[in-house]
Amino acid sequence: MEPTFDRLITQLRSLLTAEEFFKLTLSGEQSQFVRFNHAKVRQTGNVRDGGISLTLIQNGRTASRRLDFTGSWETDWYQVKDALEDLRQELPQLPEDPYLVIPDGKATSRDVQTGKLLEPEAIVDAILPEVSGLDFTGIYGGGSIFRGYADSAGQKHWFATDSFALDYSLFTADGQAVKGTFAGNQWDQTAYAAKLTESKHQLDRLAQTPKPIPRGQYRTYLAPAAVADLISMFSWGGVSEAALQKGGSALGMLQRGEKQLSVQFNLNEDFSRGLVPRFNEWGEVAPIDLPLIQAGKLVNTLISSRSAKEYGKTANGASGGEGLRSPSVSPGSLSNSDILKALDTGLYLSNLHYLNWSDRPSGRITGMTRYACFWVEKGEIVAPIENLRFDETLYRFFGENLLALTDTQEFIPEVGTYGGRSVGGLWVPGALVEGFTYTL
Amino acid sequence: MISELQQILDRLDVSADWVGLRTVKETVSHRGMQDGIPRSNSKSASQGVMVEVLVNGQIGYGATNSLQLEDLQAAAKAAAAQAKAASQWAVYPMGATVRPKVVGQYSSPYVKPFDALSAGEINQILAQACQTMKVSEAIVQTRAMAVTNETESWFVSSNGSEVYQKFMLLETHFGATAQEGSVVQQRSDNGYLARCYQGGWELLPIDSLQARAYQIGAQAIELLTAEECPTTKTMLVLAPDQMMLQIHESVGHPLELDRILGDERNYAGGSFVKPPDFGKLSYGSKLMNITFNPTVPGEFASYDFDDTGAPAKKEFLIQDGILQRGLGSLESQARLGVDGVACARASSWNRPPIDRMANLNLEAGTDSFPDLIQDIESGVYMESNRSWSIDDQRYKFQFGCEYARLIENGQLTKTLRNPNYRATTPEFWHSLVKIGDESTWQIYGTPMCGKGEPNQAIRVGHGSPICVFKDVEVFGGGA
Repeated sequence: MEPTFDRLITQLRSLLTAEEFFKLTLSGEQSQFVRFNHAKVRQTGNVRDGGISLTLIQNGRTASRRLDFTGSWETDWYQVKDALEDLRQELPQLPEDPYLVIPDGKATSRDVQTGKLLEPEAIVDAILPEVSGLDFTGIYGGGSIFRGYADSAGQKHWFATDSFALDYSLFTADGQAVKGTFAGNQWDQTAYAAKLTESKHQLDRLAQTPKPIPRGQYRTYLAPAAVADLISMFSWGGVSEAALQKGGSALGMLQRGEKQLSVQFNLNEDFSRGLVPRFNEWGEVAPIDLPLIQAGKLVNTLISSRSAKEYGKTANGASGGEGLRSPSVSPGSLSNSDILKALDTGLYLSNLHYLNWSDRPSGRITGMTRYACFWVEKGEIVAPIENLRFDETLYRFFGENLLALTDTQEFIPEVGTYGGRSVGGLWVPGALVEGFTYTL
Repeated sequence: MISELQQILDRLDVSADWVGLRTVKETVSHRGMQDGIPRSNSKSASQGVMVEVLVNGQIGYGATNSLQLEDLQAAAKAAAAQAKAASQWAVYPMGATVRPKVVGQYSSPYVKPFDALSAGEINQILAQACQTMKVSEAIVQTRAMAVTNETESWFVSSNGSEVYQKFMLLETHFGATAQEGSVVQQRSDNGYLARCYQGGWELLPIDSLQARAYQIGAQAIELLTAEECPTTKTMLVLAPDQMMLQIHESVGHPLELDRILGDERNYAGGSFVKPPDFGKLSYGSKLMNITFNPTVPGEFASYDFDDTGAPAKKEFLIQDGILQRGLGSLESQARLGVDGVACARASSWNRPPIDRMANLNLEAGTDSFPDLIQDIESGVYMESNRSWSIDDQRYKFQFGCEYARLIENGQLTKTLRNPNYRATTPEFWHSLVKIGDESTWQIYGTPMCGKGEPNQAIRVGHGSPICVFKDVEVFGGGA
C-alpha cells in the first residue's frame, strides 16, 4: 500500500500549479472479524477496505474528494487524477474560507509495527475451546491497519500496525455479565487463557440474585472501564477550544473559573506509548505530552490550526474535531487491594453504558450501570445490582466528591469499528466518589 | 452491473452450498457552513462487493473494494475457508432458505436530481440560512448542512436472485446556539439531522427554509430567558420529532430478534422482550399501533427488498397495544421460530446484514392538536430531541428535548428550557392516553442508528403523530 501512496504523492506534486496546495490522507485495513454468541460463531468474514481523501486549496477556497484506495496504481491514480480535475472545476464556485489551513512544514514520520496474529482459519479454534460451557458473546477483530498523510508542502507520514482485539462478555443464566477485552499485536494463547480465568472468577461473583437499589446518592467506586467512558465524554463537547468558544463545551464553567475539579484530577494527551498516529489531518505532529487539566484546573485545551486562526490562539497539534486521541488520567494513591475497604458501603461499578450529556453547560451526564456492578457493605461484596440510571455532573464526581484515584492505570482499548477498526485507547485509574446520584 | 456480477458469479471457483454477491456504489456530497463560513465541501465515492458463501450451514463473508475477478475470487475463497473452519461451531445451521430467490428493482421517488443545484448555489443557500438564524448578537453559533446520497445496490446469487435498488437520500441540519453568560441554549430544525428523507432537492423549498431558519434563531434566544422545566409528574405531550426517538429507542430496538437471540448482548444489549411475549405481551395502551413500513414514499428507510433479497411489506408489530411480531430477518426468524419482517440490512458493502428496523411508524389516531391538549389542566409539551440514553435491555430511559411549553388549562403558555423526562418502557407506553390525527403526523429519521459487531451506522425513518402521556416524571437542567 505504501508504495502506491508514495507514487500518488509524487505524481500529484508534479501536476500542481504554483497557486494550488493539496493534502492527501489515507485510511485502510485488512481485517478478520468473527462474531460470537453462546460460545458459538454467529458471523465470520474478512474486509479489505481503504479510502483516500484529496483536498485542494486555491485562492482561499477548499474542497475535498474521498475515493476508494485499492493499492492498485492504475485504479487509484485514475481516480485521484479525476478527482483533482473535479476539484479544480468546483473551487471557483465556493465562498472563501478565512480560516482554512494551508499545508506547511516539512515534517515526516514513519511508524510501522508488525505483529503476530492468528491465521483467519485458526481464530475460532483458538478462542472457543477456552469458553466451552460458558455463555460467551462478543467479537474478534484483527489484521493490519494503515494511515497516511502527505501534502504539497512536502510533509509525509505513514503509520501501520498489526493488531487484534477480542471484546467479549460472559453471562450468567439470569443475564448478569462480566465484560473483558484482550487486545494487542501478538496473540498469546497462555495470556488469553489467564484473562479468561480472571473473567470466570468474576462471573462466579455474579451468581447471587441481583439486589434492587432504590434511587438516591451512594458512595461509588468507578472501575477504570467506567472512568474511561466518562473521560470519553470530554471528546464530545469537552476539551475542544472551538466548543468552548461557541458555548458547546461542558467545561465552560471550569474555564471561566466558576467551578473547579479536584486537585487529584489530572488529564493529559499522552502519545508516549505510540499506539496511535501523532500526526493529524494537516500533517502536524502533536507534542508527546500535553497537559489539559492539572490539579483540577484547565491548563490547555485542544486547539486545531483552524481554531487557532479563528480564535487567535496557538495550535497544539489537535485534530480538526479537537477530540482526545490518546488520553491519560494520572493515577492517585489508592491501592487496588484497598478499594473495597475504602468504598466501605456503596456501589462498585465495573462498567457504564450509553452515556450522554443531560445538561451540557452544567457538565451533567446521564447513563446506565452495566456489567459486574455490585452492592458492597463494610468492604465486602454483597450482591450484584439491578441496572441503575445515573445523572450526575462531572464537577461533582471529578470535583468536590472525588475521594481518591487508584495508584495504577489500566489500558482500556478502543474497540470501535464504525467505518473501520479503531486504534489506541485510554489510560485511566479507578475512582472513588462520594454521593454519586442514581435516578431510576 | 447485474449481468457483470452474474458473469463473475459464474466464474467464481468456490465450493459452497450458496453464493451471493452484493455490490454497493455510494456517492455522497457533504456541504456545511458554520456562521456563514464554509466548513465542508466534500464528496465521496465508494464501491465494493460483499461476497457471501454458505458452507456446511455457516455463512462466511469476504468484502473488497476491488471489482477485479481475482480479488473477488480471493474474497470468496477466504470466506469459504472461514465458514468451513467455523461450521462446527455454528450458532445455528443455516440452510439456503434464508436466502430465497428474488428478482426485482426499486427506486426512490425524486423530482430534482442532485446535480440540479451547483456547489455554489448550495453554499449560497446554507450561508443565507446561517445569516437568517443569527437573529441577535446572543446567537454565538449557527450551523447549516446538506448531505446528498445516491446509493445503488445490485444483488445476485447462485439460486437466481437479481435485485437492483437505487436510493436518493437528502439529509439537512440547521441549528443555532445562543449564549448569555453561563446560560447556553441550542435550537435546531427538529433535532440533529432529523430531517432526512428519500428524494431530491425538491425537499428543500427555499422560501419555507428561511422561515424555519428564522424560527430556529428566535427560539434559541427565547430559551435563554425561559423558565427551567419543572420537576414533577405530569401530563407529557410529545411532538413527532421527539416521538421519533421514543419509538426508535423503546420500541424499535427492543423488538429486534437478534437482540432477543443474544447476538447484540456484548455491544448494543439485549431486550426486556422475551420470545413467549410475541402475540401476548401488552406493550402499551390500546391506542398504540406500530408498523414496520418500508412502503411509505419518501420515508428515509423505504425499500422493496432487504440486503438478503427478502421482499419487504407493511406489517403490524404492535396492534391495539399487543405485541404481534418482531424485527427479525429470515435468519433470525428461523433461529427463534417467531414471525419477523424483511429487515436484514447492512450499512454498506463492507458489513454483513443484520436485523434493522428500517421505517417504524406509530399510526395516527383521531384527535387534532387542540383536542389533544384541551383537557390538560397542567402539563408539558416537548419538541426536538437533544439527549438520549436507555439501558441495555431497553427498559429504563431518559430523554431530553430542546424546547418545551407549559400547558395550562388546555393552552400552551410559557416556554420552558432544559426539558427532560424519564420512565420505563412498559410504564411509559401504557400511559399513552391520546394520539393525534393525520394532521399532526410527521416523518423524521436518522442516518446514524448504531448497532452490530463490527459496528454499523444505518438509516432509519420514523413517522408519528403528536401523543399525550399521563403521569410522566419530567425535570429541568442544572446540577
